[in-house]
Parts: sequence; structure tokens; C-alpha cells
Amino acid sequence: MQNTQATPTQPPFSVTARKWMAENAIYVVLVFLIIGIAAQDINFLSPNNFRNILINISTRVIIALGAGAILITGGVDLSAGRIVGLAAVLSASMLQTPEYSRRFFPDLPQLPLIIPILIPLIISLILGIVNGGIIARLNVPPFITTLGMTVIVYGMNSIYFDLPPNSSQPIGGLRPDFTNIGTGFIGPNGPFSLPYIVIIAVIVSVITWVLFNQTTFGKNMYAIGGNREAAKVSGINVGLNLIGIYAFAGALYGLAGVLEAARTGGATNNYGNSYELDAIAACVVGGVSTSGGIGTVPGILAGVVIFGVINYGLTFIGVNPYWQQIIKGVIIVGAVAFDIAKYHRKK
Amino acid sequence: MTQNNKEYMLEMLHISKSFPGVKALDDVTLRVRPGTVHALMGENGAGKSTLMKCLFGLYTPDTGEIYLNGQAIQFDNPRQALDAGISMIHQELHPIPHRNVMENMWLGRYPQRKFGPISLVDHAKMFADTKKLMDDLQMEINPKTRVGELSVSHIQSMEIAKAVSYNSKIIIMDEPTSSLTETEVAHLFRIINGLRAKGVSIIYISHKMEEILQISDDVTIMRDGKHVGTWLAKELTIDLIINRMVGRDLTHRFPPKNNVPAQTLMKVDKLTSTFPKSFKNVSFELRRGEVLGIGGLVGAQRTELVEAIFGLRSVASGTITINDQPVTIHSPVDAKRHKIALLTEERRVSGIIPTMSVHDNTIIANLKKYSNRFGFINYALCRKDVDENIARLRVKTPTVKTLIANLSGGNQQKVLLARWLLTEPDVLILDEPTRGIDVGAKFEIYSLIFELANMGKAVIVISSEMPELLGVSDRILVMSMGQAAGILNRQDADQEKIMRLATQFV
Repeated sequence: MQNTQATPTQPPFSVTARKWMAENAIYVVLVFLIIGIAAQDINFLSPNNFRNILINISTRVIIALGAGAILITGGVDLSAGRIVGLAAVLSASMLQTPEYSRRFFPDLPQLPLIIPILIPLIISLILGIVNGGIIARLNVPPFITTLGMTVIVYGMNSIYFDLPPNSSQPIGGLRPDFTNIGTGFIGPNGPFSLPYIVIIAVIVSVITWVLFNQTTFGKNMYAIGGNREAAKVSGINVGLNLIGIYAFAGALYGLAGVLEAARTGGATNNYGNSYELDAIAACVVGGVSTSGGIGTVPGILAGVVIFGVINYGLTFIGVNPYWQQIIKGVIIVGAVAFDIAKYHRKK
Repeated sequence: MTQNNKEYMLEMLHISKSFPGVKALDDVTLRVRPGTVHALMGENGAGKSTLMKCLFGLYTPDTGEIYLNGQAIQFDNPRQALDAGISMIHQELHPIPHRNVMENMWLGRYPQRKFGPISLVDHAKMFADTKKLMDDLQMEINPKTRVGELSVSHIQSMEIAKAVSYNSKIIIMDEPTSSLTETEVAHLFRIINGLRAKGVSIIYISHKMEEILQISDDVTIMRDGKHVGTWLAKELTIDLIINRMVGRDLTHRFPPKNNVPAQTLMKVDKLTSTFPKSFKNVSFELRRGEVLGIGGLVGAQRTELVEAIFGLRSVASGTITINDQPVTIHSPVDAKRHKIALLTEERRVSGIIPTMSVHDNTIIANLKKYSNRFGFINYALCRKDVDENIARLRVKTPTVKTLIANLSGGNQQKVLLARWLLTEPDVLILDEPTRGIDVGAKFEIYSLIFELANMGKAVIVISSEMPELLGVSDRILVMSMGQAAGILNRQDADQEKIMRLATQFV
């Protein structure tokens, strides 16, 4: 049979360049942002600042990877922030030093570090399974399911937090072996040391990348988000996979909550409040499609870094925090508008 | 510039249109006489849709002129085209299902009533206008029915009525019969004849040769973005059309068939749906090396039957046995385990995953084979199988990394076939496998069906095209209103017998 396909000609440089721009716009924006801030104050480029930004965004990266996985399935998870808060309070409540005057559990013996870390992780994972189960088996829309979960988790956390003798006092006096995870580092003290919390975020990112790209679990996730019906017809167990993805995300929120407690040396029931919105914003700026099927780990990381640079950098050069809010809002909507224009221009 | 001949209602002269890297239209000319049905034919990718989008204001041609009644025109958007009397009925209909017929018809131009400074929608006038239009066109559609409750055929009638309501002089119909039954096609043709008698010109895009020869006055054939020629329909035959469309001799529409049915593989016994209006008491046997056709009118529950066999729909009673072993199939996961594959009817709805590449779309149903017990995928193995199958099925794609959404319908269908072939099924169910794809790709899909039968696989083909059903099947199961009306052997079957069985319980 003859080949009737038209042979494409080599596109000119301007077309190639524009295409490259469209594909990599987010990284270009990031570079310009850093240049712009540095132009105001060249001291911004100190290694110490970058180290601070990385420490600040580490937990945000972990939350955004979970939220991103759910966006890729075509869902959304509003419960991320409150699960972070619950995990932070749970771990902190079990990790106070024996000498501390207002302990959550006055008679609790010194537990091996792993137990107070694992308990909140497992509870967060279970909450993820509940989210996924309701969405997959009862067909309640993800927005509604996770909205309900948000409120319920905050309620549960507040009841726990209010237990006597704590009675809603901020939990403090955490054990140094625990806070060391959030504030310690490898190497000589200084700007070039490697904080543990950054290392953890990098490891989680690598694991997530492998999961998304090298495993059947990841392929199924992209397929379900791209066309759920086709995925089902292809013999993918859509329900089970969805539950797995929500459980994975839940575990990541739990980990982020524990790390937040370790980093800040304490916890209250308001920890993590509205982190889910920051995570979703970072994901969409990083090219994750809210209609599902599209999104990458490097893109999500770039999205989180952009917000990290904005938060830290704009404060560094003294931009009014209210203006920072406006700039962030413009970037969220602008990034998505640009992304959509990219797909529509193909006509 | 009104020197043009009044003999033509529409003239599109020397139209060219390029997209980055591809010349989609190259000096194409189309002349449509008033009060005629003008068929526009060509393989997928020949440029028919692009030409019509240039006319309808969706694309701007790079060069060329368009004259409507001798007046030079150039539309920037479909609204201008509609106002000038050109309407288009798309292949895929997109009505608003939750609103009723009349609101869909007058969408964006509701009749208004003034109450002082306030204008409100005039529902009474809208109803009366719609009713009159439906009566004029002899359509039996209640203007107040929710569109979601209408059949595809009725939705299409509604779209035609909508076109007429714009006082259209030219109506473009893109594959209007692709989801219609034969009786519905006859009804559509009556409507078309009525419009033609009123002086309306119809540009009719279709792959179905019999219909083209039956309904059209003139036929324009395109190939690879070029104008091959325009002929009077009565001067043409199916072989001539095919020859000019593909630019090569294709003396037969079907490849040689020499598969030999062997022992029984699957038995379906008294299968009954949980829904009373769906299929009931359907029994048939399927042999290795056999192609079993399933015919029937739309609404005969053929798709529902095969989707139930595949575990996508629930079954109240009845049994399925494979190799004399009773099997229970509650989901596609079960079906795959029993080596059944299903190519669904709606390619876009339940076939392709548009956000994924050709490569990923090919392997997605078969990930177990390509991964170890921890779920890690062996991409080298995938790539080898994908490359082999893409070559074997002659999928035309720039690379396997290209998004499947960028391929033509025929090539998408081949990728989906490759997806299922990789699962190495014993039973392959194909639901309308050639719908909306071009002659060349159809021939290749028929060849593949026969090749699979020769390999000892059992193939079920659902088709609404009688010649196709008769061309590919060894036996034909004809369904009527959810029941098996009869099974015909290839040598005894003809269109008339199939039609008689298909209408048995109607």
C-alpha cells in the first residue's frame, strides 16, 4: 500500500524556539524571577539564601507530589493540609522531652523514634484509603469527598489537641533527636551543608518519579486521568488504583506533617491550614492539568520552587506581603492560561 | 468580482491551506449547483474536513476565493457563515443533553419578548416555531423532550431542523449516517430529498459508496489535499470511486478470505441482561478460526451484549463457557484473564487515552506482561513489541512518542487493535471496527481480521454496514430488540434476509 502521508518539512528556527519556550516556560520564568530579585539586591544570590529556600520548601514538595498525583488522576484533594496538621500534632504529642513541664502524655515513657513517626504516617495513609474508597466505590466526586474529609480531620485533630491536660495548648518541648531531623544537616556548619530535611525531600521526589514513570502503578494513574473509561475497558482495576493513589498521597501528607513538627519544634491543630491550596497552585503552575492525565515530577518541583523563591525572595527585597499575594495570584492564573493557550494554538 | 457563473450556488476556487510542515489543501476547487446533493469523498486525511472548515469560517485559507451566489465571501467565524446561510452538521453531535429540543435549536438566538425595558425569552413562540419546523420537515419530535432522551437519529434530525431554521442555502453533512440504521438512513434521505426540492444544496461527506451513489447528484473526489475531479454520480461506480480515491486499483473491497472454522471455543447460553429492555436469552457458539458477524438495527442491544460478555455490563442469568469450562466475568480484568479482548464502539469515549503517546496507548492493557512482580516496567521489551505491531498494522505515526490524539481515526483504530493483539486474546470482539475510517484502512483491518482467524482465533464483528457484515463473516447472528432473531451461514445470507430477521421483533 502506498504511503500517502505528507512529509513534514524541517521547521524554521523561530518555530523550534517558540516550541521550546512553550515546553519550558516554567523554567524560564523561574530564571527571570531570580534575575529580577537579584537585580534589586545582589545579596539575594548568596548560597545561604538558597539553602534557606530549600529548607522552607522541603515539606511543600512532599505535599505537592501527593496532591499532584491526585490531580493527574483527574481528582483533587482538599484534605492535604488538615492531614498534615493531624500528623504534626500526633507525632509531637508523643515526642516531648521527659523534663518538659506541660507534657501531652505526662507518664509516657521515651518511645523509640520510629513509633511516633510511623503512627501518624499510618493514620494518614488510612485517611487516604478512606478518601480513595469513597471516591472509587461510592462515586462521590473527589472535591466533595475530600472537602468532607478536611472538616472531619480538623475536628478530630482539635478534639485530640483539646484533651486534658493539654487542653489546646501549643505542643512544645520536643525531643532533640526528633527536631534534629528537621534542623540537622550533614557536613560542616555553613551554607554548603546538606540539611536532612532537604535530603528527605529529594529522596521522596526520586521515589515518586520512579513510581510515576517506571511502574505499572504510574502508567495506570496517567491512563485513568487521561480517559477513565478507556482505562477500565483496558482491564485496569480503576477503583483499586485510585485507592492506592489516594493512600500514597495520604502517606506523603503524613510524612510532611511529621517533618513540619520536627522543623518547627512544635505543633498546634492549625498546622498545615490551607497548604493544600499552595500545593495545588504549585502543581498547576508546574504544568499539571486539573482535567487529569498530564503532569510530571520535575514540573511539580519547579512549581514549588517558584513559590518558594517568590515567598523568600520578595520578602528579602522588602516587597509588601499583600503585594506578594497579588503577584502569586497572577502567576497561578497566568501559568494556566499560558498552558491552555499552548494546546489551543495547535489548531 | 461578480463575474462568476450563476449556475453555481457555491464556488471554492484554488483553495490552498498549509499547516506547519504539511500542505493540507493544494489548489482545491469545489463547485456546488443549487438544489443538488454534492458528495465530497476521499480517504481520511484527504483534506475534506479542512476544506469544509475553510468554508465554515473555522480556518482561513492561505490562497483562493470563495463565492456564494456569485458574491465573494470570507468568514472569520461560524456565526458569519450561519448568517450567510451555510450550516454544518458535524459527525460528532454535541447537543446540551439536559435542555429540551427547542432550547437546543434556538440556542444563542432565543426569541425575545419585551416587557417595558426588560426582555425575556418567549417560550411560546419558540415552541410554535419549532413545532412548525418539525411539521414542515415531517419529523416527529416533541420540542419539549429533553435531548438526552432522544436517539442519535433524532438528535441528527434536530440538527438538520436547526440548519433549516437558519434558512440555510447550503448544509454541510459530515458522515451523517455513521450511527444510523438502514431505516433511519431512509428517513434521512427523505428529508434530504425534501430540502433538495426546496433548492437547498447539500455537501455530503461520507465513506459509504452505496449511499453516495443513491443520494448524490455530483461527486467530488479528493486525495492527499488535491482535487482529483468532479463527476456526475450516475457516471460513477463503486470501483471507479475507490480507484480515484486511493489512486490505485483496488478491485476488491475485501481481501481474499480463506479461514477455516474449527472446534467450538466459546458458548454463550441464554444470556440475559439485568435490564428488562436490554438483551435476553441470547445463545450462540463461537468456533476457533471463525468470524462471527453480529447484525441488527441500532437499539438491537448488540453493543450491550458484547459489553456484558466482556464484564462491562451486568448479567441476570445465562452462562458463558470457554473450552467447555464455565466462566464468570464481572469485569474487564476477568475477561482479559479468560483471553477475551474488546475493541469498543466509541473510539474516543472508551478507546484512546488522548493524553498518552502511541507507545503508552499500545501497552496499557498489557502492563502485567512487561513488568516484574514489583511493578517495574521493562521498557526495552515494550518498545520491541510496540515497534513490531506498529509496523505490522502499518500505523502511520511520526514516532511512537507522538500523542495518539494527533493521529487520524484509522490510525488510532489500528493502535487500539495493536493494544488488544498484545494481550494475545483467543476471542477478539470488534464493535464497529471500521466506523468513520477510510477505505484503505478498512481493507487493512479486514485483512487483519482474516489473518487472526487463520491463526485460530475467534473473532466477533459487530457492524451496521450490511456489505461489511456479508464480506467478513462466516456466520451472522442477527439481533432484534435484544433477542437473537437467527443465525445465517455466509452462503445463505443476503441483505434482505438479514433485514427480515433484524425487524422480526420490532
